[in-house]
Amino acid sequence: MSSLAVPKAEPVAGSTPGTAQGRPPLRRRIALIPTVTLLLGALYCLLPVAWVVIAATKSGRELFSTFTFLPGSGFADNVRDLSAYRDGVYWAWMGNSALYAGLGALLSTCVSAISGYALATYRFRGRETIFNVLLAGVLMPPVILAVPQYLLLAKVDLTDSYLSVLLPQILFPYGVYLARIYAAAAVPADVVEAGRMDGASEWRIFTRIALPMMIPGMVTVFLFQFVAIWNNFLLPYIMLSDDEKFPITLGLFTLLEQGANTPALYTLVITGAFLAVLPLVALFLVIQRFWSLDLLSGAVKS
Amino acid sequence: MPYTKRRRLVRTAVALALGATTLAACGTESGDSETESGPASLTYWTWTPGMDKVVDLWNKGPGKKDQITVTVKKQASGDTLVTKILTAHKAGKAPDLVQAEYQALPTLVSNDALADISKNVSDAKGRFADGVWQQTTLGTDAVYAVPQDIGPMMFYYREDLFKEYGLTVPTTWDEFAETARKLKKAAPDKDLTTFSANDSGLFAGLAQQAGAKWWTTSGDQWKVSIDDAATQKVAKFWGGLVEEGAIDNQPMYTPAWNKALNTGKQIAWVSAVWAPGTLTTAAPDTKGKWAMAPLPQWSASENRTGSWGGSSTGVTTDSKHQAAAAKFAAWLNTDSDALNALATESGIYPAAKNAQTSGAFLKPPAYFSNQADFYTKAADIAETTAPSAWGPNVNVAYTSFKDAFGAAAKNKSDFGAALKKMQDDTVADMKKQGFGVAR
Repeated sequence: MSSLAVPKAEPVAGSTPGTAQGRPPLRRRIALIPTVTLLLGALYCLLPVAWVVIAATKSGRELFSTFTFLPGSGFADNVRDLSAYRDGVYWAWMGNSALYAGLGALLSTCVSAISGYALATYRFRGRETIFNVLLAGVLMPPVILAVPQYLLLAKVDLTDSYLSVLLPQILFPYGVYLARIYAAAAVPADVVEAGRMDGASEWRIFTRIALPMMIPGMVTVFLFQFVAIWNNFLLPYIMLSDDEKFPITLGLFTLLEQGANTPALYTLVITGAFLAVLPLVALFLVIQRFWSLDLLSGAVKS
Repeated sequence: MPYTKRRRLVRTAVALALGATTLAACGTESGDSETESGPASLTYWTWTPGMDKVVDLWNKGPGKKDQITVTVKKQASGDTLVTKILTAHKAGKAPDLVQAEYQALPTLVSNDALADISKNVSDAKGRFADGVWQQTTLGTDAVYAVPQDIGPMMFYYREDLFKEYGLTVPTTWDEFAETARKLKKAAPDKDLTTFSANDSGLFAGLAQQAGAKWWTTSGDQWKVSIDDAATQKVAKFWGGLVEEGAIDNQPMYTPAWNKALNTGKQIAWVSAVWAPGTLTTAAPDTKGKWAMAPLPQWSASENRTGSWGGSSTGVTTDSKHQAAAAKFAAWLNTDSDALNALATESGIYPAAKNAQTSGAFLKPPAYFSNQADFYTKAADIAETTAPSAWGPNVNVAYTSFKDAFGAAAKNKSDFGAALKKMQDDTVADMKKQGFGVAR
């Protein structure tokens, strides 16, 4: 699933340079090699997506026997079968994923915003040390931490619960890093100082003055973390044993690995993967406006 | 609990490998679980589809009487589940019952994750073929699991196309090679079958049929003989066929492979009893055109098969109700109602002998409606399953197989060298893990 969903994030990111490529034409010669390279890149990213979309419309009989890019006739049946599988457990997975990713990303954005702001605005002993530890955290793949986190949460009897998946994902070092960089650039020290002169409390300065200025950056953090949690596999895999609590990645994996003697439910997995990608696409389309604002404001400042 | 030599050996090795944490875990192993009675609530990790419905039978029937309730937590199958069980075991939180493939049992036992349930399930022994039961004892006096399903290997072929090309069903591997060559001559664009390196279980089963014993213990040491004479014979045989181009070298379970089966580009498949299920999805258009025969033999006087797949139900050392869990495991895999439900709800081929020709197995699978005696024949073949010998790092050997044989099949190069690499990788990993390895 994650391998299917990951390219999904790229077309959006990839299409931005694509449009940028088209913008400064004025009949200037199009640079051939970069254009071709980008087109190939786009093709490389979009082809698997196209495959998933088309394969999701094929019935089990058609899946491997008809031409790869010929749409099939079984989409409605596939969705119906998927919804019927184990009394609709698929939609429970979808709901779980939305909960883990939505709530998790929201909480993690809040934590990132506060800590990033604090690191950017206040000068205190050990600030650089904290920041360096965070940077080390950015470099550390979260996969390595999954097992130690499991052992820790097992000590407090939290494994196999919603919290066990949510808690470890709230602290997102890359998010804190981004928030600090963004806060340092977007919240001028003078503004904070002016707030203090007027007698506003630190909390008020943060929530009323700094936070609104940081919104575009926080949207980026939210999106990053949302996608990261949505696609996360190993952490929920180790933490959860009850398949009613599984997120979509894990659920689809159980559909695929049914044991050596049982054929994998390919049509269900493909349709499931396709449907699981839709919320991400929708999210990107909705939030993209904030994002371009972010890129734009950065450009104006420099 | 009698400390057999094997058990002690295994313990020492693990203590060496994992250090003090495991020692502590060994020390705190629960004492006498027999004395416990009263209501028990058990969790069961399994990947078998439809298992929740089978377990409902228990919860409403015998389980209700004994106040033993079982909850199914459906998992994904494979090596990843073994890792998950071991991780949970490290935290003392493994479920009461786990489903485990036979080749994973030594790994689980050497990590002290599975409990010895020999006291609770001794009556069950007679219900299974010796070669099957032996896999759950690891050759000791202990019993670490109850066999659930098995995968005796068989030869599947397109009956209609065999007739069309004038081929006869091979009974020995020499005939098998001749059949492949004959087909190549008659129809150069077709292949009898393919040698695929993406499922190590197939190769392990073929080696098992030839008499290979990959892992054995002698004294206090493990002996790894993946490159023994029997396995070399098997590797050389398939390597030769691939090299001369008599069979295909593309992996199975790919869309291209499905297509090859569905269109008759490949007309036979060395597989196991569960093949009808796979063929139903892989080659839907050829339903009713296939037939099943025993696996070809290495010499005409032999009658043996290997096994590919199959799993068992084990009770973990973390369980606080080991006796109750063992009772359920025995019921699940020997009770006729349970076995019948397993066959109809989950489509498994039971390990229990008497269930192989009753209930759901009176009729052939729908895909093989043309072969009325499918399951009678299958039960006869299952009886001839050669014993197998698994070790504590089958996953490493399997990964090495996929890499080495995958490359060898693709390049049509020496399978012997690939086998040697598999042996070396496996031994190196065992030494690294702290097992004593004899050569």
